[in-house]
Amino acid sequence: MTETSISRQARLQAFLERTPFAQFLDFRCEVMGDEMTAILPFRTSIIGNQTIQALHGGAIGAFLELTAMAQLFLVSETSRFPKPVNLTIDYLRQGKAEDLFGRASVTKQGRRIANVRAEAWQSERGKPVATLNAHFLLTE
Amino acid sequence: MTTDPDFFDLVRQYAPSVINNVPYAQKLGFELIDLEPGRASARATYRPETIGDPDTGVIHGGVVTALLDNISGVAVIASLKELKSTSTLDLRIDYMRPSEVGKDIIAEAECYHMTRNVAFTRAIAFNDDRDRVIATASGSFALNHIDNFAGEIPKGVLG
Repeated sequence: MTETSISRQARLQAFLERTPFAQFLDFRCEVMGDEMTAILPFRTSIIGNQTIQALHGGAIGAFLELTAMAQLFLVSETSRFPKPVNLTIDYLRQGKAEDLFGRASVTKQGRRIANVRAEAWQSERGKPVATLNAHFLLTE
Repeated sequence: MTTDPDFFDLVRQYAPSVINNVPYAQKLGFELIDLEPGRASARATYRPETIGDPDTGVIHGGVVTALLDNISGVAVIASLKELKSTSTLDLRIDYMRPSEVGKDIIAEAECYHMTRNVAFTRAIAFNDDRDRVIATASGSFALNHIDNFAGEIPKGVLG
């Protein structure tokens, strides 16, 4: 690592602050060294089904994608944010009208491509709402 | 499964609400373009607040994900033969190229197979040229009989 984890964390927060979509979602993250917990605060604009007050699958997917990108950025050395190549989202439970939390882990980091898994949950960590498996392109 | 010749007319009335009454879809500027049995298309208007790469102005992949998820769900509804609720089981997205800055994104989806409990979809997203695809998606959706519908995926569907 050419950078300290503190400055890497600062770069991540700075990137999120100037990314309109992260601001739009109100995406937040708490970083502890090389670990990170992402938070998507509940708001009515991320509802996908008003009748049953369920979160939109696209909001959950976007949150997982950002969580995976942020975790990868945190542990890699690239100057730019990773770009998604492909991703698979498994929807396991209905997202309730509550805050959503997420964590990601980098399964494999190659020179150009990384494989990342992420998981999102609400009130119970053991009952995930959705999981993501994705490949990202690491760009300089 | 009973086939009602008028059922698609009912779907045609109901389907726009699956995009138009969805707060998240509204916030991202989605609108339904067309609907026919088993197929649907929608547009995401370009909005600066959905930029994912501040250096280039390219829209975030999450917007493409949401659009493809939503329109795939509508394609499932457009191939129903009786009233059921749908929920996404999984969605795989392959990103081919970034969306062009300042342009709307169009997504087209089709439901190519349906069983009693599960429907399968494929979809593409592009700016204005169908041959220059931004992303492709393949999805599966759980179908719930409206009587048992409580927002939960019924046991057995997930295996």
